[in-house]
Amino acid sequence: MLAEQSEVLDFFRRHPPFANLPDDVLATVAANVEVAYYRAQSAILALGQDNHQWYVIRSGAVEVFRRDGQLYNRLGLGEFFGEQSLMLNRPVRFPVTALEDTLVYLISDETFNYLFDNFEHFADFVEVEDQTRLRQSIAKGEDDDSLLTAKISTLITTLPVTVSSTTTVHQAAIRMTEENVSSLLITLNEQDSPGRPAQVVGIVTDLDIRGRLVAMGLSSDIPVADIMTTELIYVQSHQFVFDAMMLMLKYKVQHLPVLKKGVPVGLISHLDILRYESQNSLFVVKSIFNAQSVDELAVLLPEAQACFARMVHQDANSQMIGSAMAVIGRSFKQRLCELGEAELGVPPVPYCFLALGSMARGEQLIVTDQDNALILDNSFVAEQHDAYFSALANFVSDGLARCGYSYCTGNIMASNTKWRQPLAVWQQYFNEWVEKPTAESLLHSAIFFDLEGVWGQCHWAEELNQLIRQKAQTNARFLACMARNALLRTPPLGFFKDFVMETDGRQTNSINMKRRGTGPIADLVRVHTLAVGSSARNTFERLEDIIAAGILPPGRGLDLRDALEFIAMVRIRHQALDIELKREPDNNIEPENLSDFERKNLKEAFQILSNAQRFLKFRYQPGRVG
Amino acid sequence: MFYLAKDQMSGQARAMPQGKRLDWPSRFAFLAEASKHPSLKAFYQQGVVAASTPITEVSLVALDFETTGLDPRRDSIVSIGLVPMNISRIRCNGAKHWVIKPETRLHPSSVMIHGITHSVVEDAPEFSTVIDTLLAHLQGKMIVVHYSAIERRFLHAALMRHIQEGIEFPVIDTMEIEARYSRTWRQTLWNGLMGRQPSSIRLTDSRTRYHLPYYRQHHALTDALACGELLQAQCATHFTPSTPLSALWS
Repeated sequence: MLAEQSEVLDFFRRHPPFANLPDDVLATVAANVEVAYYRAQSAILALGQDNHQWYVIRSGAVEVFRRDGQLYNRLGLGEFFGEQSLMLNRPVRFPVTALEDTLVYLISDETFNYLFDNFEHFADFVEVEDQTRLRQSIAKGEDDDSLLTAKISTLITTLPVTVSSTTTVHQAAIRMTEENVSSLLITLNEQDSPGRPAQVVGIVTDLDIRGRLVAMGLSSDIPVADIMTTELIYVQSHQFVFDAMMLMLKYKVQHLPVLKKGVPVGLISHLDILRYESQNSLFVVKSIFNAQSVDELAVLLPEAQACFARMVHQDANSQMIGSAMAVIGRSFKQRLCELGEAELGVPPVPYCFLALGSMARGEQLIVTDQDNALILDNSFVAEQHDAYFSALANFVSDGLARCGYSYCTGNIMASNTKWRQPLAVWQQYFNEWVEKPTAESLLHSAIFFDLEGVWGQCHWAEELNQLIRQKAQTNARFLACMARNALLRTPPLGFFKDFVMETDGRQTNSINMKRRGTGPIADLVRVHTLAVGSSARNTFERLEDIIAAGILPPGRGLDLRDALEFIAMVRIRHQALDIELKREPDNNIEPENLSDFERKNLKEAFQILSNAQRFLKFRYQPGRVG
Repeated sequence: MFYLAKDQMSGQARAMPQGKRLDWPSRFAFLAEASKHPSLKAFYQQGVVAASTPITEVSLVALDFETTGLDPRRDSIVSIGLVPMNISRIRCNGAKHWVIKPETRLHPSSVMIHGITHSVVEDAPEFSTVIDTLLAHLQGKMIVVHYSAIERRFLHAALMRHIQEGIEFPVIDTMEIEARYSRTWRQTLWNGLMGRQPSSIRLTDSRTRYHLPYYRQHHALTDALACGELLQAQCATHFTPSTPLSALWS
C-alpha cells in the first residue's frame, strides 16, 4: 500500500509500541496489515484455535476470557491481543469476544516476530504489557493494587508535543489547539544542538499562558521561553504510576513529562491517572450510552456496583471513587434524557436538566437518592409546554429509580412542579433564599446550591452558580443562617465497647456515616466556600480554595481534609463489603464491624469535625440571627 | 442503475440489458467474445461468480476513484485506489494506488477536495498506461464501491476514450445497501416535517453508524479501504455468511 497518506500508518505512528519504530519500518507494517470488523458480542478468537496474527484494536473494545469463562481483561483502542499464541507458538488460551463493534488491524506472525526480534523497546513493551496483565489477573483479589504495579509507560497515550524555545506564545497556543493538548514541552532550539535529540528545557501549560501572559497583559509575540516553567518535574518511563501520582501531589502539578534517557517520550496528566483508575467505570459509561431502553439501562446497576467495589480494591481514594460514581450517575441521567426525548419528541422549548447535591459535587457513592430539577427556557408557557416536561421529568425520574437511584424522599425532583421552572423563576428562588432565608429555604439552599447542568442548556446552571457566588458572599446574615443549619447534624463522641457514644452519654447500636460524618463536613465546607466566593463544587477542591483564602486557623484545613477522606473511605469500604457479601449496601455502620484501627481514627476524625463546627459557629456568629 | 447515454455505447455490440435480474455470468461470456482489447477480453474471460454464491466465498476488491468533477463526459479520473478483500479480511498488501494525469483540466474546486494539484499530476502516468494493470487487478473479483455511478461511468468513459470500447461489470454498492437499511422515504419525509435531518448515507456518516473509526476522506486508497470496512460491517450487521451474492450486487 502506498502509505504516505494512509490512515493505517497514521494510527501506528500515534500508538505505542509502534510510535517509536522507524518510519520506514512502520510503513512496511502498515502496508501489510489485514483489516477485520467484528460486531459487538461476536467471537474473535476461540479457545484452542490456531492463531498466526497479532490483533491491534483500531476502534471499539474487546473482552478476554479465561478458560473457565471468567473475565480476564478488557482492551480498547490501541491495545492488542493474540501475542501469546505468537510468542509461545501455541493455540489460543484466552478466547476473545468483541464487547463493542470493533475494527482490528491484523499483523502477521512474520512481521510480529521481525519487530519483536529487532526492536528492543517494542519487545519490552509487548512483554511488559503481557506480564502486567498476567500479574494483575493472578493477584486479583485482596492485594490487587494496580497503581502500585503498573508502569508509567502503560499510561502514555500521547506523544509529547514539543516546540522550540524561540516559538512565540501565539504560535504555541495555536499548536496546543491543533493538537488538543493543555501543555507543551519546550526544547532547545535545534541550532543549539544539531543532530541530537532535542533536550527538554521547560514546560508551558495553558495555565501559564493565562497566568503569566494574559493576566500580565503581555503580548503573545514573546517567545514561550519567557513564560515556561524551567524547573521540570518529570518521571522516568520505567517508574510506577503510583510514583507519578505522588509527584503530582507533592509538587501540586497536573502534568508530568515522561522522559527516557533525557528524551521526552510522553506526557501524562492527572486526568490520565484518574482515567486509568476509572477505566472500569468508563466501560460502564459506554454501556450506558449504548443502552437502547430503560430496561437495558436498569440491568447495568450490578455493573456500576461491581465497578465501585473494584475501585475500592484498587485503593482508589474517595475523590476518585466519588467522581467515577458521579460520572456514571450523570451518564444515566443523560441517556435517560436522550431516550425520553426520543419517545416524547422534540422539546417545545430549550431546557436544562440539573443534578443536585452529591452528584453535582462529584461525591456520589452507591447508596444515593436522586436530587434533580429542570430549568426551562424563559419562553416556557405552562399551559402549552408543561405536559411535555412533566412527562419527561417523570420518564427520567422513574428511569433513575429503576437504575438504583431511589426517589428523593423530600420530593426534590423535576417531577415536582416547583422544581420544574423557567430560568427567571429559578433566579427569583435563589434571590429570595439568600435575601430572606427561612428554615425551609435554608434546607433548599444546602441542596440546590450544589448544582450542575447535565443535559441541555448547561450554561444556565453556570449562570445560577454565578448568581449564588455573587449574592451569598456579601450577605453576612445569609451566611450566618447557613452556618446555623450546618451545625444541626453533629458527629458522635466516639465508641464504647460495641456502642456509639453520643455527646450526651447516650449509646446507640449503629451510626449513619453520611448523616453524622460526610454530610456535616460537606455542609460546613459549603458555608466557607460561599464566604470565600469559590466556584469549586467538590468538597476536596472547595477545601483547597478555602485553605488558599486563609480563613481557617493554620493546619485545620488539612486536618479536615484527612478527616473527610477517612470517614468517606470507611463508609465506602463498608458499602463495598456489603456489595461483595450480596447485602443491600447502606450508610449505617455497626461498631462491632469496625477494626480497632478504624475506631481510633474515626474517633479522631469526628473530633476534628466537631472542632471545625465550633470554628464555624465562632466565625459566622449564627447565634446572632433570630 | 443504467445511466449511460446512447452515444457513449457506440463500441458495444448491443445495448445493455436492464435491471438487477441481469444474468452477469452469461453477459460476461458474451462480452468476452465481443470485446477486442486483450486486457478487456481477459477481464471478461475471468468471468463472474454465480448469483447464488454465498457472500463469504466471493473474492472482492474495494475500488475508489477521485475525479476532476462529476460528469464522465467532461471530467476524468485523477487517482485510483483499490484493495483486495473478502468479507472477513481486507488485505492491504495487495492494495494499489495510482495518480493519473487527467485528460481534462483540473478544476480548482476538485483540487480542494482531493488535494491532488497540477504539479502532482504533471509527472503522473497517462490513464492508458495503467489500463492493463488496473483490469488485471479487477478481474475475477466482485467490485465494491460506495456510490456505483462514479466508478462505473468514469471507467467506462475512460476506456471508451482510450481503447474505444466501454466496460460493464456488476458491483456491490455500499451506499445502495446503506439506503436499504437506513430510514425509508416515509420516515425521511416525517423527519423533514419535524425539522430533523434525514440520516445521511454518505461514506463517513454510514461508517459512524457501525462505530467504524473516522478516516480522512478523498484519498482514493483510504476511501477504498473505508468502503471495504463498511461492507464488512454491513455484512456483519445485516447479512449472514450464507447470504447469496444476489442479495448484494447490482
